[in-house]
Amino acid sequence: MSETKTMTINMGPHHPATHGVLRLVLELEGETIVNATPHIGQLHRGIEKLAENMNYQQVIPLTDRLDYTAASLNNLGYCMTVEKLMGIDVPKRARYIRVIMSELARIMGHHLWLGSHALDIGAMTVVFYAFKDREKIMNINEELSGYRLTPSFLRIGGVAKDVTPDFIRSVREFIEVFPEALEGYHRLLTDNIIWRKRTMNIGTLSADEAMSWGFTGPSLRGSGVAYDVRKAFPYSSYDDFDFEIPVGDNGDVYDRYLVRMEEFKQSLKIIRQAVENLPEGPVNVDNPLVTNPAIEDVTEDISALIRRFKIQCEGPTAPAEEVYHAVEGSKGELGFYLVGDGTAQPYRLKIRSPCFLLTSALPRLIRGHMLSDVIAIIGSLDIVLGEIDR
Amino acid sequence: MNMQKVIRVSSRRQEKGKLIVPLLKGLVYTLKNLFSKKVTILYPEHRRAVSKRWRGLHRLKTDENGELKCVACGLCAVICPPEAIRMTPYEEDGGTRYPLEFFIDEIRCIYCGFCQEACPKDAIELTGVYDYVDYTRADLQFDIEKLKRPEDFIFKGK
Ligand code: SF4
Ligand code: SF4
Repeated sequence: MSETKTMTINMGPHHPATHGVLRLVLELEGETIVNATPHIGQLHRGIEKLAENMNYQQVIPLTDRLDYTAASLNNLGYCMTVEKLMGIDVPKRARYIRVIMSELARIMGHHLWLGSHALDIGAMTVVFYAFKDREKIMNINEELSGYRLTPSFLRIGGVAKDVTPDFIRSVREFIEVFPEALEGYHRLLTDNIIWRKRTMNIGTLSADEAMSWGFTGPSLRGSGVAYDVRKAFPYSSYDDFDFEIPVGDNGDVYDRYLVRMEEFKQSLKIIRQAVENLPEGPVNVDNPLVTNPAIEDVTEDISALIRRFKIQCEGPTAPAEEVYHAVEGSKGELGFYLVGDGTAQPYRLKIRSPCFLLTSALPRLIRGHMLSDVIAIIGSLDIVLGEIDR
Repeated sequence: MNMQKVIRVSSRRQEKGKLIVPLLKGLVYTLKNLFSKKVTILYPEHRRAVSKRWRGLHRLKTDENGELKCVACGLCAVICPPEAIRMTPYEEDGGTRYPLEFFIDEIRCIYCGFCQEACPKDAIELTGVYDYVDYTRADLQFDIEKLKRPEDFIFKGK
């Protein structure tokens, strides 16, 4: 009597297709996967703990390094949480600039997903085109904030600086040229028979199951649930903009792909409305507790100088309360749970990472599929380890 | 949940579609791109201009007399998230205050730009210098002299 044995293999952590440093221990029977165990923690930098020893402003650059593919979205989530805790209302112009920044970041994140997802499956060309277009957004980021990947541009109570005419011009230019590029991606992939064979009916998850796994974002919408934080709990003036939520029906890799491809278009639509209707006004709240006095005032007015010292040395204090605020990140609902203790440092900052929950469903999604489908499934969930390990 | 506008993306989905035509369409697209303008540049012979707000190597600004504007107040050091700045202040009898030593650890720095935002004297700024290399870690501890002339550290090849 012959005996069947399973084979255990190790995938990652240095596998280029695991989007960072995810280690998967796969149990194979032939080429079919019977079990998978994800191991995380290889990128742990202790961001939550670090935040407890910094003041509220100093945490902003740390959040850039969560989901570094779409850094401004993390800034937005964190800053809005702090503002909720301190009861600060951000001026409208700043809110619009934040929306532009974060939608650009979402497109950036999706570019990286598209490029690497296609590359993992074997379509090499797309990654070059995606990165070429991603570069344009990086240039926009650079124009506005001075940094390309991690802008750290948002501040508590507003944004760091006002926009420049060059910024507006290059955003408009991007809006003009991007639809054509998007059509190009579609032409390369959407109807391509190889792409369809590799992605259709792979990693299928029903709507109920996706919800019970705690899925959010495009991965949930691919399964047919129209949940989007921007619509369900509008923040930062998102209710001013007219956009639609793309949802899939089948919950497989291909539908998640289509959802994200449509999100490109919707993000562009939001950016267009925000740029064209950018209101006039200040870009920072006028609140003596958090607003850094202008340099002109500081040289003339001693009280402004003292206030500047107070804000920079100690930082704004938050009441001893706790808040939760979530934004729609490029991967799903990115939430921050913040506990203040009356000082200028957070007592506890907990980050609800959408990718962590997506990863937890990996064994369920992978089981029963072929080894080569693992990569397609990981790619379609669009996980980023910087956010999972924090 | 409030009324939402929803797009059903699966209308684009074709279970049974053409096999060859989409592949050819893709090839035509790449072929067209083959003749488009190059987007890459040959570094370091050619460089792109960086934005005015670029956050690169720091400069300690000087006034008309060549004196440092910095008064060693320490605000930049205290706001710096990775604690990359350290300084020794010195105060003369007349009340003039300046930094005796001023170090920025350019390896520790994350180029967040908080120091230039915090400075009450507009004495420190981040410049457009982004490519500087050196042999040892100690060389990248920038002191006052190095911080006065960040342009000297632009990478010139070899
Ligand atoms: S740019 Fe940021 S990290 Fe670098 S020295 Fe200034 S405050 Fe510190
Ligand atoms: S904040 Fe400005 S003046 Fe104060 S120590 Fe730093 S560079 Fe000097």
